[in-house]
Amino acid sequence: MLNAENLWFRYGTHLPWTIQEKSMAVAPGDVIGIMAPSGFGKTTLAKLLAGYLNPAKGNVTLDDKPLPKRSYNPVQLVFQNPELAINPRWRIDRILREGHPPLLRHLDALGISSSWLTRYPHELSGGELQRVAIARVLNPQTRYLIADEMTAMLDANTQALIWQVVLNIARQQQMGLIIISHDARLLNRLCPKCLDLTHTHPSEPNLDEMLPTY
Amino acid sequence: MTLIPPQAPLRRSRLQRLTLSRRQQTLWVIGLCSLFLLGIILSTWIIGDTGLNPILAQRNQSPSLDHPFGTDWLGRDMLSRSLHGMSLSLRVGLLAATISAFIGSSLGLAAGTLGGWVDAVITWIVDVFFSLPHLVLLILIAFAVGGGTTGVVVAVALTHWTSLARVIRAEVLQVNSSDYVQLSHRLGRSPLWIARHHMIPHIIPQLLVGLILLFPHAILHEAALSFIGIGLSPHIPAIGIILAESMRHLSTGYWWLGVMPGVLLLLAVKAFDWLGENLRDLLDPKTSQG
Amino acid sequence: MLSISNLSITFTQYNQGLRRKHLHVITDLSLDVQAGEVVAVVGSSGSGKSLLAHTLLGILPTNAEYTGTLLFQGQPLTQKRCERLRGRAIALVPQSVAYLDPLMKVGHQVQRVAQLNGVSPAAARTLTHQTFQRYDLATNTQRRYPFQLSGGMARRVLVSTAVVTQADLVIADEPTPGLHPDVVREALTHLRELAEAGRGVILITHDIEAALQIADRIAVFYAGTTVEIAAAQDFSTGRLRHPYTQALWRSLPKNDFIPLPGNQPNPEQLPEGCLFSDRCPWVTPECTANRPALRQINNGWVRCIHA
Repeated sequence: MLNAENLWFRYGTHLPWTIQEKSMAVAPGDVIGIMAPSGFGKTTLAKLLAGYLNPAKGNVTLDDKPLPKRSYNPVQLVFQNPELAINPRWRIDRILREGHPPLLRHLDALGISSSWLTRYPHELSGGELQRVAIARVLNPQTRYLIADEMTAMLDANTQALIWQVVLNIARQQQMGLIIISHDARLLNRLCPKCLDLTHTHPSEPNLDEMLPTY
Repeated sequence: MTLIPPQAPLRRSRLQRLTLSRRQQTLWVIGLCSLFLLGIILSTWIIGDTGLNPILAQRNQSPSLDHPFGTDWLGRDMLSRSLHGMSLSLRVGLLAATISAFIGSSLGLAAGTLGGWVDAVITWIVDVFFSLPHLVLLILIAFAVGGGTTGVVVAVALTHWTSLARVIRAEVLQVNSSDYVQLSHRLGRSPLWIARHHMIPHIIPQLLVGLILLFPHAILHEAALSFIGIGLSPHIPAIGIILAESMRHLSTGYWWLGVMPGVLLLLAVKAFDWLGENLRDLLDPKTSQG
Repeated sequence: MLSISNLSITFTQYNQGLRRKHLHVITDLSLDVQAGEVVAVVGSSGSGKSLLAHTLLGILPTNAEYTGTLLFQGQPLTQKRCERLRGRAIALVPQSVAYLDPLMKVGHQVQRVAQLNGVSPAAARTLTHQTFQRYDLATNTQRRYPFQLSGGMARRVLVSTAVVTQADLVIADEPTPGLHPDVVREALTHLRELAEAGRGVILITHDIEAALQIADRIAVFYAGTTVEIAAAQDFSTGRLRHPYTQALWRSLPKNDFIPLPGNQPNPEQLPEGCLFSDRCPWVTPECTANRPALRQINNGWVRCIHA
């Protein structure tokens, strides 16, 4: 069980809260959708759940224990833009093996051909790279997968293909899925349960975009 | 973009086959520049002392086939003197630049990885160095250390590390905050492993290029210090000394005494510049395909 | 206004050392855009849709070589002409505020674009003011820096940069990445208005549904070629001609959500015949022998011998 209790988070002590009093629980095999437009802290929420950020108040627990800090985190996050989530100087083969090596049948299912393995990231298209980024965390040690706008940059066919495979593997491995997207139709297709953050804090400013990125 | 008139078939014209591709050009420039600089450094040992002894019968000759750089007021061959001087200046410059690069990268790495007050202190020192006039600082340090070769090396090394430290710090911060390094932590990789596999391969090319682009600065400042008399001792034929001596003879029409060593210095500095620029093109995946 | 026929682009890359390989990133691409219409270019990443924009703006990398005919307003579009026209007769609506100067107030930036088009500084200021007003941007927005804009405001500022140019051809490259549906609709409406004002608009996107909201015609790209050019209503009425377009339509979440397996061919080793043959449900031996030509069927164009 992945539990988030009463999470509060802000990027600086002078800034307004990005996440206020958010709680959620995901059981193994659950598929939960989070519907929210940009600027409502959904990436922040994803990063809190996967241990990328530490909440100011509240906590995230996996089976009543805190997320591991040093070893492989069973809660993995897939980003929207694969080009940023992959070291541009590494070959695909090395990228896939950075965590636990992926299963061959998963690579096949995702359509990752063996000829990609010796190439560099800039030689693959965005859709191909995103499959690599997904394959990297689809191993059995991952028990919860958080997909933050995972297919927002991809065409409809690649999107359907990736989700078909990911849902299948999640079902087989009893993996919990948290799918964050702005696309209501996609979430309706994928998730029996859907959390709508759109109307929770309508007055909050677009914090993600207010922050300078460097 | 290589423009082919519309509707022309995609075929390599004879002209294209003869001209060098971008990658070949880059490699040629790197090769030639390295050869030129290496040649200057080694020239001291190749030509030995020939031409350095005064031959009063050959005083003040303008450049000719026998003496391409002319001779000075003691009849010494200016080409040999310039090469000796340049070789010495290069070696002093190399030493100073290497020390400087070492200081810069260590402090940059420390600031970027340790953060907190370490970062604040290092950034402050860098800012202080940037706010002081370069040459004044050089002269002060060289003077304080007592001048001479040591003075030059210490002064140049201590004043040139700042920009490299800044670049390295920024790179470290950028890579550290990147999604792929954050992810690497979550994949269970240790900070040390991440430093070795993600950080260092990213920093090394920057460091290499930074180091090479430091050389011309170091050499020019070494020459400048020697020129104004607080650098290398007047007995050593450093390029700065040669230029300083030539000043006395410029008004009497012996232009080659200043111009020829000056051109050599300019070429050596430019060679380092070209070397650095081309190496950067080659190492950067974005431009290496050009 | 713009007419592209049989455009092919090859990149030469270095493998190791001096060994080279050729990437056929665009093959026999054809497209035409009339004044007053929105043509959407739809395809997956790697289908060459962004390269099309780069070609029209003259910003292809130096290792690119191209063949084919590029005509803009009846004249061949050479590299020199691209450079002269870009930002003037051909304008880009950038993808995000990352394309703006982060250290310059947005009002100044829009004004500068206008001045580049030969408008006097005073007139440029008025023009910027009018444009911002038209897009409901408060006057103080002009004094903001790019990072201070919200998602919707940023879109409107980016459209403003194209509006002040008087450009005849406006290219919008993925103008709606991960935005809220309301913001997407607003951004698309602004593009539509540009077409209504008599300009030609190319909307480059991977999102068919966004494209269908405003486009008159949709060009579907696959592996660097145009596989189909269809009217927007052909999608909803089920009159699509090419099997790839049909698969793309079926794979939408609102339709069957069933994907077509496989990948786009590798630009290093394109198949001899039809570029789609290895994934095509209709494939026959003739398909693998020759590249099919673009044919006109039902007021649309298709590159398939079985359509």
